[in-house]
Amino acid sequence: MNTDLHVLWVYLSASPLAGLTLTLVAYQAGLWVFERLGRRPVFNPVLIAVLLLAVTLSLTGVEYKTYFDGAQFVHFLLGPATVALAVPLYNQFSEVRQSAPALVVALLVGSAASALSAVALAWAFGASKATLLSLAPKSVTSPIAMGVSEQIGGLPSLTAVLVILTGIIAATFGTWVLNLVRVKDWRARGFGMGVAAHGIGTARALQVNEVAGAFAGLGMGLNGLATAMLLPALYHLFF
Amino acid sequence: MLGSLTILLICQLVGELAVRLTGLPVPGPVLGMVILFAGLLARGHVPHPLQDAAAGLLRHLSLLFVPAGVGVMVHAGRLEAEALPIVIALFGSTLFGIAVTAKVMSLMLRRPAQDDGEGAP
Repeated sequence: MNTDLHVLWVYLSASPLAGLTLTLVAYQAGLWVFERLGRRPVFNPVLIAVLLLAVTLSLTGVEYKTYFDGAQFVHFLLGPATVALAVPLYNQFSEVRQSAPALVVALLVGSAASALSAVALAWAFGASKATLLSLAPKSVTSPIAMGVSEQIGGLPSLTAVLVILTGIIAATFGTWVLNLVRVKDWRARGFGMGVAAHGIGTARALQVNEVAGAFAGLGMGLNGLATAMLLPALYHLFF
Repeated sequence: MLGSLTILLICQLVGELAVRLTGLPVPGPVLGMVILFAGLLARGHVPHPLQDAAAGLLRHLSLLFVPAGVGVMVHAGRLEAEALPIVIALFGSTLFGIAVTAKVMSLMLRRPAQDDGEGAP
């Protein structure tokens, strides 16, 4: 290889441009595959983008840290996006007040069921403590989950991976489970997807039914709030 | 759009500062969400630019997960070593969580939704 190419490579790997561009290209590729293969939940655009990027970085020998220096500009937007969740929450407020008791009970039971069963199952099958703590907030949208994970001593980046896998599992098998337990009410179906599987579950519910989508968004927002407040408190109670 | 982004960032900043100052066990952006929600309640409606900015940001929400998700590289060793507990915990708790939440909610709701009974999606 000649020196010009080497100089170019050194420049690209040092600037945020490469990581940023690569992220957007990989995501577009993920969306393209998702659309082309019939919008099946298994071909989740996030999953495809993550795998493409991981393979590309491994093949080129670029470290994750170097990549993230560029990609952090996308990552940063998770903060304002979390704040923006207040808007759909506000838009659904009248609906929320009408079914408030059902929402509160389902939220508390569902939030606890998701987090506790994850920790209990992982513990029963011999997971390490860092993995247990990283798993606890995995049902919540990743900006919140990563924050909670950091607070209780988990690994935020591992949590992010587990959050995404949770969403993909829910998007793929959620409908099947909801039919299995014979829940037909769209509000309940959507709320279940949002509470257990955050944004990816919400995106899936929106594809199926508008009412389900609205309640899924609500479930995602409320569980984010509930988990952010309850998990650290629970953690301090037990450890 | 610029004004709305400024509002979102101010809410986040105030949230982060409040968390640092009080030691509340809540991530800063979540507190920012609560602050914005309270502001919207006080105001009584969502201004159009804010509605658009929020919709734009949330429409591409899944893109924002990608950089963190690539962190799977860093944890490949751990994921491989603890594959069994992780896979069981993820599948078990996710499907259990969906079922429990939806079932409890449907039992608590008295009136069935208007388009109930149209079958599975």
